[in-house]
Amino acid sequence: MHVMHLLKTISVVVLLLTAIEVNADVPKPKPIHGEGECVEPEDIMKRNHMEFILHQRDETMQEGIRTSKYSFKQCISCHAVKGDDGEYVHVDDSRHFCVTCHEYAAVTIDCFQCHADTPRSTDKHELRVNE
Amino acid sequence: MNNNDSLVNQKRRAILGGTAAAIAGIAIAPGVFLTETAQARPVDEPVSSKTRWGLLINTNNCNDCNDCVTACQNENGWGTGSNDEQNSAPNQKAQWIRSVKVTDKQTGYAKTLPMMCQHCEKPPCVDVCPTGASFKREDGIVLVDKHICIGCRYCMMACPYKARSFVHEKLTDQRSYAPRGMGTVESCTLCVHRVDNGEDPACVEACSSSMIFGNLNDPDSEISKELARHGGTQIRADLRLNPGVRYQGLNF
Repeated sequence: MHVMHLLKTISVVVLLLTAIEVNADVPKPKPIHGEGECVEPEDIMKRNHMEFILHQRDETMQEGIRTSKYSFKQCISCHAVKGDDGEYVHVDDSRHFCVTCHEYAAVTIDCFQCHADTPRSTDKHELRVNE
Repeated sequence: MNNNDSLVNQKRRAILGGTAAAIAGIAIAPGVFLTETAQARPVDEPVSSKTRWGLLINTNNCNDCNDCVTACQNENGWGTGSNDEQNSAPNQKAQWIRSVKVTDKQTGYAKTLPMMCQHCEKPPCVDVCPTGASFKREDGIVLVDKHICIGCRYCMMACPYKARSFVHEKLTDQRSYAPRGMGTVESCTLCVHRVDNGEDPACVEACSSSMIFGNLNDPDSEISKELARHGGTQIRADLRLNPGVRYQGLNF
């Protein structure tokens, strides 16, 4: 029995070590910070950003509430990443703010099938500041 | 006497007060202030049925210039306003607003009019939508919630005005305020992003000579007053959909 137990422990330790080793090969994503303070602390945003934008989505769509906190447009405009050519990168680029983490987590996002993935300077209706 | 005096004064004050209130009422009555109050809804407040947005198009002033169509394309990023839909046939491409010529064959009397989503009070597109994506906002604007649209196109079949389009291919670089994408249905939004900001739709801005936008529920708004004075035609009034878009000059 004792031998079996020891073997089990060893195998668990070996497995853990392998896991750590695998992790070490994949670099942790380092999404760039936007300008100024985010609307919520980073750890909350990491876990709940999808809830915030989902909630805001329905309010904006159904009720016409267009506040800039939790606004998808606001995320895009603060966290836009510029490439080497000085132009904003699109979602097909790994440097895009959303893509940095979503690629790592292997979570597909559908937002940009319809939504603009970069801020446009030609947009006539810029976001209003927090009211 | 003193008592009488004070009584008289009180009455006078009451009368003067009443007059002052009446004058204030008149000052508000021209509608300018009322309209502004209605449009300047605080951004964090939901839209309400106190407002019903409408559009009045005077076809007598329409000179076939197509400015309203171009303005819509540039504002919302479809047609000439974008480089997308290169692989779609012309009759497949999105058409939020189109120029339609109607002719009376007997008399030869012809009129051109812009045709788009009529923002019905009882929209058939909403009736048939199986997911609830097609919906009417409290303020009467009929929209497609593309988050829930499954692209079945029932609404396109149901619409008697041929107002809706289906996007057949992948799009890029959309306007941030007018998201549109493959596999969903879309139509005139009455420039809801502008309306929520207290502005007129792009087509109205481009053609203020023959288009009036405003609140049909406010009797003092320009559109209501114009409708009360000269009336307006509903297209396919027989369907009793009570569209928010009305036309003038269609005297066939």
